[in-house]
Amino acid sequence: MKPRLVLAAFVLLLAVAPLALPEFYITLLNYIGLYALVALGLVLLTGIGGLTSFGQAAFVGMGAYATAWLTTAASLPGWLLPLAHPWGGLLLGIALTTLLALLLGALTLRLSGHYLPLGTLAWGISLYFLFGNLEFLGGHTGIGGIPPLAVAGFELRDGRQFFFLIWLVLLAAVWLTRNLLDSRAGRAIRALKGGSLMAEAMGVDTGRMKIVIFLIAALFACLSGWLYAHLQRFLNPTPFGLHIGIEYLFMAVIGGAAHVWGALVGAAVITILKQWLQDILPQLFGATGNFEVIAFGLLMIFVLHRAREGLWPMLARFVPEAGCRATSADFAPATPLPRRAVPAPGTLLLEVGEAVKKFGGLVANDRMSLAVAAGEILALIGPNGAGKSTLFNLITGVDPPTSGSVRFLGQEVAGRSSRAIARMGMSRTFQHVRLLPAMTVLENVALGAHMRGSRGVVPAMLHLERAEERRLLAEAARQCERVGLGAHLHDAAGSLPLGKQRIVEIARALAADPCLLLLDEPAAGLRFLEKQALAELLRQLRAEGMGILLVEHDMEFVMDLADRVVVMEFGKKIAEGLPHEVQNDPAVIEAYLGGVE
Amino acid sequence: MDLQIALLLGQDGIVTGAIYALLALALVLVFAVTRVIFIPQGEFVAYGALTLAGIQSGQTPGTIWLLLALGIAVTAVDAPASLRAGRGRLLRLVASQLVYPIVIIALLLGGSPRNWPLLLQVLLALAVVVPLGPQLYRLVYQPIAEATVLVLLIASVALHLTLVGLGLLFFGAEGSRTPAFSEASFDLGALTVSGQSLWVIAASLFLIVALYFFFEKSLYGKALRATAVNRAGARLMGISTTLAGRLTFLLAAAIGALSGILIAPITTVYYDTGFLIGLKGFVGAIIGGLASYPVAAAGAVLVGLLESFSSFWASAFKEVIVFTLIIPVLLWRSLTTRHVEEEE
Amino acid sequence: MKLHKPSLLALAFAAGLAGQAFADINVGVVVSATGPAASLGIPEKNTIALMPTSIGGEKVNYIVLDDASDTTTAVKDTRKLLTEDKVDVIVGSTITPNSLAMIDVVAEAETPMISMAASARIVDTSNPKVKWVFKTPQNDIQMSTAIVEHMTSAGIKTVAFIGFADAYGEGWFQEFSKIAEARKLQIVANERYNRNDTSVTGQVLKIIAAKPDAVLIAGSGTPAALPQKTLKEKGYKGAFYQTHGVANKDFLRVCGKDCEGTLLPAGPVLVAAQLPDSNPIKKVALDYVTKYEAAHGKGSASTFGAHAWDAGILLQHAVPVALKKAKPGTKEFKAALRDALEGLKNVTVSHGIVNMSPTDHLGFDQRARVMVKIENGDWKLIQ
Repeated sequence: MKPRLVLAAFVLLLAVAPLALPEFYITLLNYIGLYALVALGLVLLTGIGGLTSFGQAAFVGMGAYATAWLTTAASLPGWLLPLAHPWGGLLLGIALTTLLALLLGALTLRLSGHYLPLGTLAWGISLYFLFGNLEFLGGHTGIGGIPPLAVAGFELRDGRQFFFLIWLVLLAAVWLTRNLLDSRAGRAIRALKGGSLMAEAMGVDTGRMKIVIFLIAALFACLSGWLYAHLQRFLNPTPFGLHIGIEYLFMAVIGGAAHVWGALVGAAVITILKQWLQDILPQLFGATGNFEVIAFGLLMIFVLHRAREGLWPMLARFVPEAGCRATSADFAPATPLPRRAVPAPGTLLLEVGEAVKKFGGLVANDRMSLAVAAGEILALIGPNGAGKSTLFNLITGVDPPTSGSVRFLGQEVAGRSSRAIARMGMSRTFQHVRLLPAMTVLENVALGAHMRGSRGVVPAMLHLERAEERRLLAEAARQCERVGLGAHLHDAAGSLPLGKQRIVEIARALAADPCLLLLDEPAAGLRFLEKQALAELLRQLRAEGMGILLVEHDMEFVMDLADRVVVMEFGKKIAEGLPHEVQNDPAVIEAYLGGVE
Repeated sequence: MDLQIALLLGQDGIVTGAIYALLALALVLVFAVTRVIFIPQGEFVAYGALTLAGIQSGQTPGTIWLLLALGIAVTAVDAPASLRAGRGRLLRLVASQLVYPIVIIALLLGGSPRNWPLLLQVLLALAVVVPLGPQLYRLVYQPIAEATVLVLLIASVALHLTLVGLGLLFFGAEGSRTPAFSEASFDLGALTVSGQSLWVIAASLFLIVALYFFFEKSLYGKALRATAVNRAGARLMGISTTLAGRLTFLLAAAIGALSGILIAPITTVYYDTGFLIGLKGFVGAIIGGLASYPVAAAGAVLVGLLESFSSFWASAFKEVIVFTLIIPVLLWRSLTTRHVEEEE
Repeated sequence: MKLHKPSLLALAFAAGLAGQAFADINVGVVVSATGPAASLGIPEKNTIALMPTSIGGEKVNYIVLDDASDTTTAVKDTRKLLTEDKVDVIVGSTITPNSLAMIDVVAEAETPMISMAASARIVDTSNPKVKWVFKTPQNDIQMSTAIVEHMTSAGIKTVAFIGFADAYGEGWFQEFSKIAEARKLQIVANERYNRNDTSVTGQVLKIIAAKPDAVLIAGSGTPAALPQKTLKEKGYKGAFYQTHGVANKDFLRVCGKDCEGTLLPAGPVLVAAQLPDSNPIKKVALDYVTKYEAAHGKGSASTFGAHAWDAGILLQHAVPVALKKAKPGTKEFKAALRDALEGLKNVTVSHGIVNMSPTDHLGFDQRARVMVKIENGDWKLIQ
């Protein structure tokens, strides 16, 4: 409970700050609050979601100009007149920002890799110059006489009064963001950084999640702009230019882009540091030069060298660790999640027929066929480069086959998205472990149960989905116990040895309640006893009626476990049968002895 | 708009685009080898041009003091390791980081370079500015070479701020021009082409071809390419990523400074000119996917042309038009290039 | 953040101790010493250092802050000067948007402010808050009128406008187009460019296509040279007008022979030595030029720095009056200083002669501007 105490002390300090601090410190705290609000959006978008945006300042401008225009325009169209006050300005700002964010999001979030930051840079600059060239927004010179904000008839004219509003809004935004991150939707957002391949395989609609965080970040920025307009009461385009857009990103990274409180630390450090340099440098060097920006840049480089994760992780060491450590027993009261109807043993689950995959001239899979039934373990073996992973990708919908069919539960799934296929009851693990290393084992596994929950972003932000969340975590904890990770629920997944991480992936796949499990080299990196435990688990799953498709190099493991074996070489099936039949097949022996391995 | 105006605008766009293309090449190179988005690339443009202008007007360009200061810093950082590596290493370090700046400073202060021929002045300006590239790599980027792209980007922003601040200190707020390499102009039908703009285009083409041969034929070039393709692999093959980084920054600084020297006779260069030029080079580079040199160059020329034509149609909305039209191009590039799954 | 408050507080105390004793006069200065307006802000900042350190027997402290040409910073600086340094008057800022943004803040704190920016909007006394705001540079209206008058008397019928894509170019176009319309001068092209654009060929071709008799370039400092050089290069033969924003030596250096014959309105300080001895401005202007060039080298004085100098002269006249009514550092002193500034009559400054009134917080008349021609690489007074 100790972190709560620290938080309470912090909020208390904030509450008494206006009574104790001199006027100018309140001014600074106000700006820190405004900047932190934008930086908080960037933490969500960039630090956690992995989407870099240079354009947040434009959204700040949107919020600011919307209210400035409504509250100062000499002649408004009649239907807007009832909105001609700051609160109307807020509504208009939110509406415009939402529209703009959805439009820009739809356009630029499709951009992959470095196209995205540049896209945000492009519209950031466009909007900045647009603000400057629209006469009704005051052009480059600016728009003055913006009225002060009135809360319940009380005008906020003074910085001390504004202080409470700004920090109330900021703390509310922090609360909402923290709630969001600690939820089903939050796990989906955090999964974006692990690459869309994994997230989609867990049933996360990555495209939608990107838009969601983009919109939230834009709205935080818009809110900051609205507050800024009524605090400053004068607007011109310079505070919404590219330099400021970059500075917001700067704050997030320096503070710690992966942490909600990093936004606050970053905004505070940068604002105070600039102020401090302005005070101290003229005393050191005399008033002739302009050394502030030089010293500022050098200090920032120094900070990055010392703390590339930002300052918050360094500070967080002084804040005691969270005390609450739930175990699966704590989730016991939660009603278990409903389960999928298990197909009767022997039902045909997966049927690949004559699947061909070509990459340019290279034929990676050449008329591959195989079938997996419920209650059966089929092992797929073959030398490296035989096309096993390609086949995995065809089955799970990562790549569509060039020709041929993939039928799952009697339906043709070739060409469907991996998300849709996952939803039908196919779960997988990855050859190269794809966990979110900073998240706990429990959270990683709970991500697997994503499709079994339904509550979205808004309830998550308000923490109205706690009942469902408890059920999801209970399920995750149950799967962890089942695979023998009960002692590691709250360890960061990245801290486990690689072999254990593979087991986490299996637990995650199981949390989706699949009827077909695809395992890509699950035994790699495991020690003997661990392998035995894994084999035992797989046998048990088989007994429960699950179908398992296994790619594995460890022959002993495969031959002991598999019901049937399919052998591939050069993209083709060269043998299929019971383990001992395959082992003695001359073609297989040739492939392995004459092959690369 | 008649044909003549279109031709003139086209010519203007190509000359501007050629400079953007040079910077785009440097940015692609730096990113591919070191994953650094080198925002301060533009500062080398300003430093190059203004150092030359300073030499020509008989003022001492402040960049030489930066050269010396960075030299001292690099010596301080590298001395322990060099000492361990033997006396030869240490001597080389001192020679390159301390003796060299002092020689350059002596030449500048005592050699009255104001009266030298243009070519020597250009070489002297390059000799001052280009070594700053590897020095900055050593001090700013090398300690965080393995950090994420985002952290490297923020370091670039911080370095950009520092260098612009220093630029204001060294050169003042007002701009400078330098005399043209060639006062000649040629009449091509309706078009008058100035000798200097031919210089710019020729130098760009020359550098593009030179870079091509450097990467295809020379050992260092191949090493850089290997590093760009696979850092870990390159290290296993005995290619030092540190050396690759410094070499890349040397090239980038040289391209930047040379670009500045090329445009200084056509336009006025200010201490903060670099950022926008660099940004547009960056746009070109990204259109090229930060990977392909010819496409990056083509993208940069496209930006130059867009800019030229939009400044004719609606000059107040020039940047709005240029940067809005970039978005569909990006979309097209993003959807047509093969998607590679990225992992942090 | 909690970690930083104590250190900041300590710092504030240290600064307080190092700073001022109680009854000194504190002058807060906000200049754009970095960012796009640095070429204007730096000479202003340099000029502050030359100002007298005592007025009317009281010690004067100047606290100079840089606003980086950004409105947010300008307002933050102003609040700091008002609440931390408890200044009696604020001088600044360099550019129009920043000055406009500061009006609300100084009016609320009931502290007089003397702006060094161009736009007439800053001292538009129909806004009650402007009661506290004065300024020293000539209004762009006044300068526009001078240009239009010169154009019409030279028989110019059509003119093209090209200006900065910022508040400066925008303000000039608004004022210039109004007066031009009234005087039947036709504006045939209206173009914009950015301060550090590398090419203005597009704009220039459009201007040439419109065949104007003259071109007015509204930019400040060396960036104003690019359109003119490009126009010359593309063969434009008409007359050139620049604004008083170019009035420094660097402009002449960069523009070189392409600027021969260019006309511009400017404050008399630009051509101080050429003024007739009978002109009272000459002595004041030369005094400034001498002092500035003694500190920063020959040819370094500019009209921008002189705006700061003039703010200093206004204070030297107003402060003794205010001192009779109240002690510095008090609310009453600030009000008295405001009244004294508004009551200034016949004060000669380097840019003209000031007669303030409740409806005129600039106080310049025709004597505050001269027409200047560029001849042999120098400024030449022509009227």
